[in-house]
Amino acid sequence: MVDPTLESTTQPIIRVAGAVKRYGEGDAAIFALAGVDLTIYPGEYVAIMGPSGSGKSTLMNILGALDNMTKGKYFLDGIEIDSMDENALSIVRGRKIGFIFQSFNLIPRTTALANVELPLAYQGIKKDERRKRALKALDVVGLSERIDHEPTELSGGQQQRVAVARALATRPALLLADEPTGALDSKSTQDLLDLFDQINNAGRTVVVITHEDDVGSRAKRVVRMRDGLIISDTLNKGRVA
Amino acid sequence: MNILEIVRFAFRGLGTNKLRTALTTLGIAIGVASVIILIAVGNGSSKQIQSSIDRLGTNTITIQANRGGFGRQAASRGASSKPLTVADAVALSDPIKAPDIKQVAPVASATATCTNGSNTSTPGTFNGTWPAWFEASNTSIAKGSYFTNDDVVQGRRVAVIGNTTATDLFGTQSPIGQEIRCGGIPFTVIGTTTVKGSSGFQDGDSLVVAPLTAVQRSLTGYNSLQSIVVEAKSAKVQDFAQTEINTIMDAQHKVKNTSNRDYRTLNQASLLATSSSNSSVFTVLLGVVAAISLLVGGIGITNIMLVTVVERTREIGIRKAIGAPKGAILSQFLIEATILSLVGGGIGVIGGYIGSHFKIIGIQPVIVPASVLLASGVSVLIGLFFGSYPASRAASLRPIEALRHE
Repeated sequence: MVDPTLESTTQPIIRVAGAVKRYGEGDAAIFALAGVDLTIYPGEYVAIMGPSGSGKSTLMNILGALDNMTKGKYFLDGIEIDSMDENALSIVRGRKIGFIFQSFNLIPRTTALANVELPLAYQGIKKDERRKRALKALDVVGLSERIDHEPTELSGGQQQRVAVARALATRPALLLADEPTGALDSKSTQDLLDLFDQINNAGRTVVVITHEDDVGSRAKRVVRMRDGLIISDTLNKGRVA
Repeated sequence: MNILEIVRFAFRGLGTNKLRTALTTLGIAIGVASVIILIAVGNGSSKQIQSSIDRLGTNTITIQANRGGFGRQAASRGASSKPLTVADAVALSDPIKAPDIKQVAPVASATATCTNGSNTSTPGTFNGTWPAWFEASNTSIAKGSYFTNDDVVQGRRVAVIGNTTATDLFGTQSPIGQEIRCGGIPFTVIGTTTVKGSSGFQDGDSLVVAPLTAVQRSLTGYNSLQSIVVEAKSAKVQDFAQTEINTIMDAQHKVKNTSNRDYRTLNQASLLATSSSNSSVFTVLLGVVAAISLLVGGIGITNIMLVTVVERTREIGIRKAIGAPKGAILSQFLIEATILSLVGGGIGVIGGYIGSHFKIIGIQPVIVPASVLLASGVSVLIGLFFGSYPASRAASLRPIEALRHE
């Protein structure tokens, strides 16, 4: 269910229709997604929840253009993604989406600053501009003091914040986080969720996958999945202004 | 995404495992250097053979007696086999019958130890001959003078000696005008020859040359000559000179069957052809050995690129997830492979240049420029070719597959 204040006033940032993801063939076929429809509008903060094997990670990988669907349509910011070739997809990943992973996925032996600059470099942004935007993103996540540290010299919480800075630096339309707190302690989890609030309050769309209720409770909209299907889609009353 | 940026990524990628990068570079460097040095050694040895043949004299044909031999051929020649004589040399000097022969020098070779007081020297070559020998054998005088036709006619015991013999007998003193004893016979030194150098198997400066008559009278006797050296008027008419020699010698030796002569002729052209074909076989063999080591270097690059790509598959996944285009990833790995092979090739070329300044098994290597181009070109091509396969495999992965790789 979509926040009624947003619906139909703007173009949806995400529109997925009849998404099917099948692994294997014939009798051995397993449906990770069995026909999912989902629409998300700009400025929403959505948590996709479900037990493991419910298909939420598969959905996230498809939303992030990291994986392809067996069947279905996917429009991101009005652009049809499912029929794009690899080169066009790399541009979409770089410009439209900021991805945050459970295991951080920073480039090893590379400083925080260089990690944040990397997606900007792939977009061909000039060095000075890149440096400026990376420093600003690191400032937003509160890591201005640690820009020269390599991933191994940072705590889990700090690494995840570098990853958030990397995702923000490209000014994406959409921030996708796949179990972002899965590898963090409770203090870092709270810090990260506060950061997500701050990012969403600034107007950016945030989609979080999680199986933790306290993470889900911070979102404004909760989508629950089971066996490759959406079983509920509710607004989080306490969080919607 | 500009190319400089990708080059920077490539350098950073190489920098993350410095030992592996260094070892791969070393492998290529050794491959390239060995191609250059081994081909240079092969080339050097053929140059050396050529120059020692050049030193023997150009346009010259050497006639030797066909002694011995095996089986029926030797038996049928039997008693009719005649030694080479001064009469043969005189006959060959006939300008009417042999218009293409410039000059003729009969050579009698002796084996004798020469002494000057307590100093002794056994020259590798001790020739009794005519003055024409000097020009025909490309031997010139450094100090003093040649002996003359008059010396030959008079049988004067004078000698021209080579540099090695002079040093052995006189040290740093001038030998000119001094008397030496060879095989007990006194000879007066009237000249020394210019330094010829070693031809690998024989010291060209261990030499005594004296008038034919003097050597025959005192050391070898008048029976037979070692050889007759004939100089053609030019390299062009060498074939005519050869025919004239055969006609005159066949008549002199009453040869009935031209396939069974009791003498044989050696000319520089045939010596040259034989030796250069030998040394080109040598060069090819060395080249093959070197090419194998270059190939091993190339397999090293492939191996490293495969390991690197597998090891960094996850990193490739991350890069793709944050928007790296396929081309950028492919270029990064290709540039890494190219840097490896360029740097390795460069070090190899430098190593090859330095290495070929040293004598190797007595041979001064002479670099063949084409081998430098070949070796460095092949190393770069190997890098690109074998680097492109793992790189394109990695770049074509879907990001989610790459990210799941552990």
